[in-house]
Amino acid sequence: MSHAILAEGLSKRFGATTALAGVDLEVPPGTVLGLLGPNGAGKTTVVRVLATLLRPDAGRATVGGHDVRRDAHRVRQLIGLTGQYASVDEQLTGTENLLLIGRLLGMSRRDARHRARELLERFGLAAAGGRAVGTFSGGMRRRLDLAASLVGRPPVLFLDEPTTGLDPRARTELWDLIRRLVADGATVLLTTQYLDEADELADRLVVIDRGEVIASGAPEELKARMGARTLAVRPMEADRVPLVRTVVTELTGSEATEKSGLVTARVADPAVLPAVVRRLDDAGVLVTELALRGSSLNEVFLTLTGRPADAGTSGDPADQEAAPA
Amino acid sequence: MSGIGDDARSAVAPAAADRELAPRLGLFQGIRQTMTLAWRTVVQVRHNPAELTDFSIQPIMFVLLFTYVFGGAIAGSVKEYLTFMLPGMIVMNMLFVTLYVGQGLNTDVNKGVFDRLRSLPIARWAPLAGRIAADQVKQAWSIVLVLAVGVILGFRLGDPGVPGLLGAVLLLLAFALAFSWVAVLVGLLAKDAERVQIFGFTALFPLTFVSNVFVPADTMPGWLQAFVDVNPVSVLAEACRGLMLGGEVAAPAAKSLAWAAAIAAVFAPLSVWVFKRKV
Repeated sequence: MSHAILAEGLSKRFGATTALAGVDLEVPPGTVLGLLGPNGAGKTTVVRVLATLLRPDAGRATVGGHDVRRDAHRVRQLIGLTGQYASVDEQLTGTENLLLIGRLLGMSRRDARHRARELLERFGLAAAGGRAVGTFSGGMRRRLDLAASLVGRPPVLFLDEPTTGLDPRARTELWDLIRRLVADGATVLLTTQYLDEADELADRLVVIDRGEVIASGAPEELKARMGARTLAVRPMEADRVPLVRTVVTELTGSEATEKSGLVTARVADPAVLPAVVRRLDDAGVLVTELALRGSSLNEVFLTLTGRPADAGTSGDPADQEAAPA
Repeated sequence: MSGIGDDARSAVAPAAADRELAPRLGLFQGIRQTMTLAWRTVVQVRHNPAELTDFSIQPIMFVLLFTYVFGGAIAGSVKEYLTFMLPGMIVMNMLFVTLYVGQGLNTDVNKGVFDRLRSLPIARWAPLAGRIAADQVKQAWSIVLVLAVGVILGFRLGDPGVPGLLGAVLLLLAFALAFSWVAVLVGLLAKDAERVQIFGFTALFPLTFVSNVFVPADTMPGWLQAFVDVNPVSVLAEACRGLMLGGEVAAPAAKSLAWAAAIAAVFAPLSVWVFKRKV
C-alpha cells in the first residue's frame, strides 16, 4: 500500500455552494499532511468525505486502499476522527465515553475498561476520568476527543482543527501528543487555519481555498517556491520612518509597510540588500535592525490567496484565551 | 495482568494497517451496539436525575390539578373523575415522553456526537435504534409514575385486574415505539432541542385535549366530535380504559394498533430519509 490516504478529483456541492471543486490528495503511510485554508475553504468537507460521513458528488477516495464509498465499513475500521464536528458526550464522564466506544468496537467489558484507563493515563486525564465531560476545560476536552478516536488503535487519524479555540499552552500540549502519535507510526491528516500549527506538525502541506487546491509541497519547499523573503529595517529615530519607507519601496518594488517603527517589504531578489544599505547610509539614516528573512507561512498564504489566512475568523488562539469563558 | 507492564507507547500505537478487516456487520453485532447505545442514554439519566423529575413533575401536577380542580365539576365526584381520566392521562404523558427521543437526537446531531458514532464501524441504524430503545425505559418509568400517583389518590383497577394492566402497558409501549418516529423527525428538523419542546406544546396539547381523555365528547360540536372519534389519542385512551377498568377492548385496541402501524409506516421511512440526507 503506497498511500494511506488517496483522493482524486473530489467534488461536492451543497445546493448552490461548491464546497469542493476537484481536490486531489495523497498521504504516504506514517506521515502528516497539513490541510490548510481559511474558514469555509472546504477543509472539513474533505475530512467528512474521507471519514465516510459524506458522499462526494464526483471523484474517488481510498483509505488504506479501501474505497470510502463502496467499502465504507472497512475504512471505518482503519480511521479515528477528532474534530469540531466529531465529539464526545458531555453528559457522560471521560471514562464512560471511552468505555462506550470500546464496547461499540466489540471489546469485552474488561478490555474496554482497561483500554479506557490506559488512554486516560496517557493523556493526563486519569484524575478527571470520573467527572462529567461538561465540566472539562477546553484543553482537557480536546485531549479526551483525541483519546476517544484512538480507542480502536486506528492507523489513520483525521484531526479536524484539533486546537481551534485552545489557549497557547493547551495547544502546545496537544501538539506534543500528536507528534508522539506520529512517532508511533500513525498516518495523520490534519486540518488547520493556523499556519504555525501546520509548520510545526506537517511533513507536507496542501493549501486549499474555495474548494480547490491552490498549492502543495513541504512547508520549506512552499516557502521557497514563493520566493518570498521579507526585508525588515528599523531606523534608530522614529522620524526617519517615512524616508526609510520611501527608499525600501523604491528599491524592492513592493509597497513597504510600517508597524511600531519596523519597516517591512516583500523582496524577490536578495541582491537588493546592499543597495538598501548604501542608500540609507548616503541619507545618513542610522539603523538598529536590518534583516532579510524567509517568509512565514502567513505571508505565503497572503501571496497565494490575496488575503490573510485568518481573515474573517476570530483570529489567533491567544485572542480567544483573553476572551471571557 | 495484561497491559500493566506495557510500554507507555502501546497506549496509542496503531494496529497494523494490513490487519484483517471485516467486510460487513452482522445483525447480532448491530443489536449489541444498539444495546450499548441505549445503555449510554440510561447512564445520562443516572448522571442527571433532574431530567427524571423534569418529565415526572408535569404528569403529577396534571393528575392533581385535573382531579381536584375539574373532577367534581366534570364528573360529579373527584374519585369518579380520577377513574375516568387516569388511563387517558397515561396516554397523554406517553406522547410527551416520546419527545425525549427527538430532543436527545437533536442534541447528538448538533454537538457532533453523531458524527463520531458514524465514523465508527458500527451498524448505521444503531444510534437511532439505541435512542428509541432507551426511550422505552423512560416510558415504562412514566407509566408507573402516573399510575402510582393515581393509586395514592384513590384510583383502583377494575375487573380485568393485573393482566389487563399489563396489556395496557404493552399497548402503550407499542404505540410509543411507533410515535417515536414522529419525534425522530421533529428532532432532525428542529434547529435546537428547545424547538422540539415547542413542537410538543403546540402539536401535542391540542391533539390530547381534542380527545376523550379529559371529558366525554358528548357536549362538543358535531364536527369536533367527528375528530375526537378518529383521534388516535381517544382510541388509545378508550382501549386503556377497557383494559384497566373493564369495558370494550377488542375494537379500540385493534384501532390503536392500526394507528400505530400507520404512523410508523409513514414516519419511519420519512425520518430515515431525512436522517440519511442530514447526517
